[in-house]
Amino acid sequence: MPVLLVLVPLAAVLILNLPLHRIMCRFAFWIGVILCLVQALLVIQLPNAVWNGPCQVAIRLLRVTPAVDNLSLVMFLSIAIVTFVTLLVARYTISDCGKLFNFTNLVILAMAGMNGLVMANDLFSLYVFLEVAAVASFILIAFDREKDAFEGTFKYIVMSAVATAMILSAIGLMMTVTGSMSFNVLSSVMKTDGGNPVILLSAALLLGGLFIKSGLIPFHGWLPDAYSAAPSATSVLLAGIVTKTTGVYALIRVVTMMHLHSHTMQTLILVVATLSIVIAAFAALGQSDFKRMLAYSSISQVGYIILGLGVGTPLALAGAAFHLFNHAIFKTLLFVNAATVEKQSGTRNMDTLGGVSDKMPVTGFTSVIAFLSTAGIPPLSGFWSKLIIIVAAWKAGFHWYAFIAILASLLTLAYFLSMQRRVFFGKLASGLEDLKEGNPWVLIPACMLAAITIGLGLCIPWLFGSFLLPIRSIL
Amino acid sequence: MIFDFDTMYVVLLALLLSAAVWTVMTSHLLKSAIGLAVTSVVLTLILFLLKASLAGVFELSVCAGLITVVFISAISLTKPVAEAEAREMKMKRLKRFIFLPILLLIAGWLLRNRMIHLTHPVQAAADAATTVQQALWSGRRFDLVGQILIILAGIFGIIVLFKTKDCVDDKEKKQ
Repeated sequence: MPVLLVLVPLAAVLILNLPLHRIMCRFAFWIGVILCLVQALLVIQLPNAVWNGPCQVAIRLLRVTPAVDNLSLVMFLSIAIVTFVTLLVARYTISDCGKLFNFTNLVILAMAGMNGLVMANDLFSLYVFLEVAAVASFILIAFDREKDAFEGTFKYIVMSAVATAMILSAIGLMMTVTGSMSFNVLSSVMKTDGGNPVILLSAALLLGGLFIKSGLIPFHGWLPDAYSAAPSATSVLLAGIVTKTTGVYALIRVVTMMHLHSHTMQTLILVVATLSIVIAAFAALGQSDFKRMLAYSSISQVGYIILGLGVGTPLALAGAAFHLFNHAIFKTLLFVNAATVEKQSGTRNMDTLGGVSDKMPVTGFTSVIAFLSTAGIPPLSGFWSKLIIIVAAWKAGFHWYAFIAILASLLTLAYFLSMQRRVFFGKLASGLEDLKEGNPWVLIPACMLAAITIGLGLCIPWLFGSFLLPIRSIL
Repeated sequence: MIFDFDTMYVVLLALLLSAAVWTVMTSHLLKSAIGLAVTSVVLTLILFLLKASLAGVFELSVCAGLITVVFISAISLTKPVAEAEAREMKMKRLKRFIFLPILLLIAGWLLRNRMIHLTHPVQAAADAATTVQQALWSGRRFDLVGQILIILAGIFGIIVLFKTKDCVDDKEKKQ
């Protein structure tokens, strides 16, 4: 079953590009939307046994046994939701049919790449599918062929090339020592021969490469430019899921599968996470570009996920996975709202905006929900995931890290209050008298994402047993 | 002087390192592209000596051949910078490599003191994949799907970034 999540999008792209191009041009968007909805429904509806059971077609056709567990299902669902929203935002922002066709194809390819990465059962497959998502992202960022977008893409490509070199070197070294790239083999080698200098070097290279892909501080140089210069729909995809899958999920998978829990590795992960939480929060405070501020906020929030990973207890990992999903939802919502404000007002500069909520009440309201959840205000979903991570850090004896994480939440509240005051609250800025609310292509996903944020927060007693605790099985 | 295989490896590895360092350090783009090609050719020789002939063929045709052609084509489209600016850039570039000798010394020391143990290097690779064909079709078939996806993404990249640009340029010319 899981391999269909790669094969069906691939088949869809091939069919869409048959000679019947003019007819397919009209249907491409809807085919993309249907793919996302079907993926989301399958994840919600099908029992775990179907996902985890051996698939004869996959074994015979592709000679692969996909690695699917509870964390993978969380990722499949996040990918489906964010890609669905990306397509709706693309429909809102891209008016040309041909451009929308190309955009949809690239988004479907990125989706297939991310699905492949999530189910990869060895290091090399993880790298191959990571590159699929990355290559599609490069093109999506430069999609509008504007100077800033090319600059953002260039920085992303250069940093990605460094990350790729590090990951490939790590794979080569691992292969030299162990003779295999399978996570199972690497896992047993790490248990018995974890102190080997070559393995330690390759683990460090792997972590470095994935830190770059995650955009964590001090490896974040590419991220604010790429997020802010990209077309609106691309920003939604990048911030919502691409960085999380190619960086954060890959990092979680590698650290847990390869047992990188030595004291040195743990300290390295915790320090990078804490630096990201604090420095990115301060950087977000000083931004006047709406999307750039959200980009720094993303780095800070990803820091919380990595903090959970660094703590490494089952509860912390469950919290990290929950925050990963929550962040995919509320950051997507914030970028959808940024896209709506930019399209309707023609600017992203928060200093020239103000009082937008009067004219765009739905966008203003959903933005408040997203920012309260990001800042960790109860009872929204972001509060619970942050609380779980901080409690887990405290219980594991990492008191200082927990304390810093709590203080950084206040910073999050500060920069989001500043954003809310400058963009949505107060007196209507001059020149915005004719401002209108966005159309249903963005209002529907915004309301849907806000509802998920509230719903997850209210359903935490049920979710804790059925969704969060099973995630500890990845350890 | 007896020229055995070990001596040849040492000579080739020294050549490989020199060509790679030259590729990275030279400020002249064309020389850098040629340096990269030389690096690939030396690497090809090493691969042939290690009996990895298919890898050698790929290295020679793709890295030394195709990529060099692409680089030289791209360089032919660029303009040279002014002499003063080039001198300034050269100094800046050299400063970036100030730590290179130290890194080389550390790597040499690690190897000399056997801090890096490569337990069963060549044998493992040879056992794992008797031929490239077998490795690709039997072992890495799922990755081939990924390769197809990357190629498709590349095609869309060309369509999005180049083909439509021509249309825009044509429109601008007409105006």
